[in-house]
Amino acid sequence: MLIYILRRLVWTAVVILAVLFVTYVVFFELPNGNPALRFCGKEPTEQCIQQTDARLHLNKPFYIEFGYFVKTFALGDENGWPGLGYSYGNYISVRTEIIQRAPRSLWLIAGAAVIWLTTGVGIGVLSAVKRRTLADRAAMGFALVGISAPVFWLGLMALYVVWKEHFWIPGLNHLTGGSGYVPLSDGVDHFLAHMILPWSVLALLYAAIYARLMRNNLLETLGEDYIRTARAKGLSERQVIFKHALRASLIPIVTIFGLDIALLVGTAIITESVFNLQGLGWLAYNAAISQDLPTVLGVVLCTACAVAIMNLVVDILYAFLDPRVRYA
Amino acid sequence: MSSTAPLLEVRDLSVRFRTRDGVVQAVSNLSFMLRRGETLGVVGESGSGKSVTSLAIMGLLNRAHADVEGEIFFEGKDLLKLPPDELRKVRGQDISMIFQDPFACLHPMYRVGKQIAEAVRAHADVSKSAAWDRAVELLGAVGIPNAAVRARDFPHQFSGGMRQRAMIAMALVHNPDVLIADEPTTALDVTVQAQILELIDDVKREFDIGVILITHDLGVIAETASHVMVMYAGRAMEHGPAHEIFTAAQHPYTWGLLESMPTIEKRLEILVPIEGSPPSLLNPPPGCPFHPRCKYRFEPCDNKRPPLAPIPDGHLDACHLSAERKREIWRDRIAAELGVTA
Repeated sequence: MLIYILRRLVWTAVVILAVLFVTYVVFFELPNGNPALRFCGKEPTEQCIQQTDARLHLNKPFYIEFGYFVKTFALGDENGWPGLGYSYGNYISVRTEIIQRAPRSLWLIAGAAVIWLTTGVGIGVLSAVKRRTLADRAAMGFALVGISAPVFWLGLMALYVVWKEHFWIPGLNHLTGGSGYVPLSDGVDHFLAHMILPWSVLALLYAAIYARLMRNNLLETLGEDYIRTARAKGLSERQVIFKHALRASLIPIVTIFGLDIALLVGTAIITESVFNLQGLGWLAYNAAISQDLPTVLGVVLCTACAVAIMNLVVDILYAFLDPRVRYA
Repeated sequence: MSSTAPLLEVRDLSVRFRTRDGVVQAVSNLSFMLRRGETLGVVGESGSGKSVTSLAIMGLLNRAHADVEGEIFFEGKDLLKLPPDELRKVRGQDISMIFQDPFACLHPMYRVGKQIAEAVRAHADVSKSAAWDRAVELLGAVGIPNAAVRARDFPHQFSGGMRQRAMIAMALVHNPDVLIADEPTTALDVTVQAQILELIDDVKREFDIGVILITHDLGVIAETASHVMVMYAGRAMEHGPAHEIFTAAQHPYTWGLLESMPTIEKRLEILVPIEGSPPSLLNPPPGCPFHPRCKYRFEPCDNKRPPLAPIPDGHLDACHLSAERKREIWRDRIAAELGVTA
């Protein structure tokens, strides 16, 4: 098992290096014009361009340029490890910016993930067990709404209904703090009040998808021969479903859960915008429209790392869930 | 036939499935009984209602889709009228079942020993370690070498024969009275088939239980069954002691099955397949269900259903042909066969 994890870690490093290369080529080599031009503002001076060229090694062949880039990345720069350089827009260290933004995205994703995993799996199981009843149809109706409702609309509606108008329930607006991010250090209640709406809104879409997936997986598993064996043994229906069927049907859920979380690291942009959380997605979006390449590169690397790490976590979870993987 | 009271008695069992295309008559008016020490072989082609019958006995049919009528008596109780929780206590404790594909039937993610221990704890209030010990003991008893170690294996680490042995061990956990084996050897290598059949036979003798052996292979039946029931299109065509079925089969369908069975004397070119295929159970043919494929059909066969009735020398048969006509046909067939082999 340990060797397996080590082998996977080596591969993870290779994958990240590959991502680094592709992103570097896309952002530094393909755009027209010298990247130094964008670094030096609207009226670039010759001196600034020369300095930038020298600093980013833009005047050397491509492979040396990339070599220096990797070297800075791997060994760190004056702001520490990993070295990601400076934003074109405001000359802030990309590393500093990411470290500042990352907790916002990570908290958003973590909270939402807990909500969508529990509700999605719960509703899916209920739906499969109570198949073709009113509860099943209601749950699948909810899933359809959840999948169809766009996050920007849902987010604004949630803010309007719960926070601004707080109809029906007096004091509802005290439960939530509206938009904006409040760090955990400002008090847990304050933090939760600001996070509850973005969590719920982001979780709804995924909960709906997971509920449907879970229902289908469980129904499929319930038709397997070993479920009939479990019933033939005289196990209770509860043991059959929650022990035998659930474990087998969780495998696909684990797979997409890992990928969903990883991809959200840099892409929860709509939720971050609607609730003004200014996380990594927001950072990437703003960097992209202002062609702030080092910042984009930084966020892309974050997402790539997240995907690689989550893949590893999923593979390890697999091995725990399914012994056939362990010995393969 | 022995004089002991029947262990299991099925009376007038009918199973219908409601499907989108209509009602499927999977089993119609089936009656039979099983005594201790007997092996009842149930033969028939795919879709003849063999497995559905066994699932009905186990109470494993989804009653939301299947209409089950009739009576299944076990220890004086009608299993079809038992509440689900009572029926659950019978399953795996008094009546056990093993299935066709032992790989698909074992949970791929649990250790073999654990799955057997789980069966122990389903009906007995014992500790986990005691249940595990019982699982190891049973695995040893069904011929798994080094059972204490192999119990920690997962099903994919077992060979096909070992998996079926594990299934048998699981079925024997509570010393059941009835063991239903649904095509237990179909998915196994020929060499392993004989071992498994032998094991089932040993188990039957040792525990003095009744076995229902479901198969489409008459060869399997010939080796172990004491009684044979031939099923076709959800109905019993012929039912009687095994030696009578093999030496004096009465029903043209049974003849067909026997003729299509390869043996060491018969070479492939003289095997005679039964022409045609089994009827759709959505709208079964009127009269005798076998008449569209029967070489000897005559006037009443296509509109009057022959009852399953005892013939003069003992066993039950559902055919309109008179005993005399059958003897004639027999003579012709034997003559023809001798002519071919001579």
